[in-house]
Amino acid sequence: MAELTKELSKVKGEEPAVPGKDVRVHPNPEPATKGPLDAPTGTPTVIVDDLHIIYRVYGAASDNEKGNAVNALTRILKRQGRPQMKEVHAVKGVTFVAYHGDAIGIVGRNGSGKSTLLRAIAGLLPPHSGAVYTDGQPSLLGVNAALMRELTGERNIVLGCYAMGMSPAEVREKYQEIVDFSGIDEFVQLPMSTYSSGMGARLRFAISSAKTHDVLLIDEALATGDREFRKKSEQRIRQIRESAGTVFLVAHDLRVIEQTCNRVIWLHKGKIKMDGDPKEVLAAYTKG
Amino acid sequence: MSQPESAVADAQAGGRSGQEPLAKLAERYGLRRAIARPRFPVYMRQLWERRHFVMTYATSRNVSKYSNSALGQLWQVLTPLLNAGIYYVMFGLILGGKGNIENYPAFLITGMFVFTFTQRTVTAGAKSISGNLSMIRALHFPRATLPLAYTIQELQQLAISMGVLAVIVVATGEFPTWAWLMIPVVLLLQTMFNIGAALIIARLGASMRDLNQLLPFITRTWLYASGVFFAIHDKVVNVAKLPEWVATAMYLNPAASFIEWMREIMITTYNPDYGHHPPTMVWASCVFWAVFALGFGFWYFWRAEERYGRG
Repeated sequence: MAELTKELSKVKGEEPAVPGKDVRVHPNPEPATKGPLDAPTGTPTVIVDDLHIIYRVYGAASDNEKGNAVNALTRILKRQGRPQMKEVHAVKGVTFVAYHGDAIGIVGRNGSGKSTLLRAIAGLLPPHSGAVYTDGQPSLLGVNAALMRELTGERNIVLGCYAMGMSPAEVREKYQEIVDFSGIDEFVQLPMSTYSSGMGARLRFAISSAKTHDVLLIDEALATGDREFRKKSEQRIRQIRESAGTVFLVAHDLRVIEQTCNRVIWLHKGKIKMDGDPKEVLAAYTKG
Repeated sequence: MSQPESAVADAQAGGRSGQEPLAKLAERYGLRRAIARPRFPVYMRQLWERRHFVMTYATSRNVSKYSNSALGQLWQVLTPLLNAGIYYVMFGLILGGKGNIENYPAFLITGMFVFTFTQRTVTAGAKSISGNLSMIRALHFPRATLPLAYTIQELQQLAISMGVLAVIVVATGEFPTWAWLMIPVVLLLQTMFNIGAALIIARLGASMRDLNQLLPFITRTWLYASGVFFAIHDKVVNVAKLPEWVATAMYLNPAASFIEWMREIMITTYNPDYGHHPPTMVWASCVFWAVFALGFGFWYFWRAEERYGRG
């Protein structure tokens, strides 16, 4: 308890910018008037209830010592069969409700639990305690992990589309659209390992945004690519938002968040430090 | 420690919808938990819907796997051949594992190729979850697609090695008979067993990191116990003077059963009493292992479906 109050006072102390107000500004179902899109209708789409996420990180277990019998034996002898394991408490009791039509930006320093929170909402990381309730299947805009660098762009498009659960007919239908949107032209016949980082990012974004989603989670998708592609992808995100119920956006570029979100959650060390109107929260965040 | 804090949050959220707990609110609007394991039949249907991904993923892995080595896919065949060569010299020529087996090269190489299929699948399956955590944490799909894709990948490679095996066996003086038509049946049963084994070991490998280090020991023990380079009955009963049931138990292990059946089919001089048909014990063991491993494997893997992301 003492630890908690200390933490709270520390939080308050850091934010003279919001005097008299509680640190948590909870959203109301009534329209957030500054929302660039249609206002929330009051129907919740995502409910996060006192969510805790703890995941395990293994220490020295690296790939290059796998499969060697002698190593296996020495490791077992030295550590009594237990590899070094750490538990990371990444999200510590987060509670909020997201409504239909909400576009929620999530800000916070590196390691504040933003990506973990998104993965938990997507149902990809099991909660340690608490729960996430969603309407439909939230999906994370990110297909990178399924792609293989040694393969051609062509094969990767097909692979990525299947990985997101498309049918062969959908893949055929979307293929050309993805190639056109990414703008990689004839490079599609070459292995992805030969692409420049910008080209790779463009192709990945083109693939992962080809599918329509109910609840969409975007994690730093706009971090790479040139200016022209950035504009294109911002537009694409707006389109996706119009068809999606709710969008979550993690980005370090606060301008993007200010332009596209009607609500911002500030995560700090796994807890919500502030939640509310983008202007207020971002102002406090930039100061803090 | 976060208990009091969440209570505060609940109280503040109260303005939203009275004092209704969030779980109730979720229920009222028909929201469901993001992490929930589908019922088993639903899970199997979802898995079937992902068949295109399984096939594409397996093919893609095969293409990218050898893209960096000069001999490429050839290694798939070279590795068991080189192994068989070593074992031929060691056990066939020096240690006398040959015994009274007439066509020892065919005997050895059939055992080697059949065993390699299961061994590679198990080894790959152990890493199919633990080696793909980033994908599991980014995308939604029934996790069983991963061990399944790894098994299909090995099956695709097996198609090449079976061709090579057939050529070598013919070169040692065997002649293809009608019995060879049973080869796909044996391979189908073995694939069923391998899928089950891959699923089981994938779940174990997801939580036990040391499994990858232990696996070489396990598969090597299995190799020796399956009579890949010696006739089990001859060595165990006649030479080592062990009781009969030890040999029977060894024959009943899945790898040995599949190897025995394949040898009966491909090698005319092998147990000529039976012709090309395996003893009842052998084929019954194969069918049992295939059905049991497949059924239990899917069930056992599905039971932990929602926990695979944690690492």
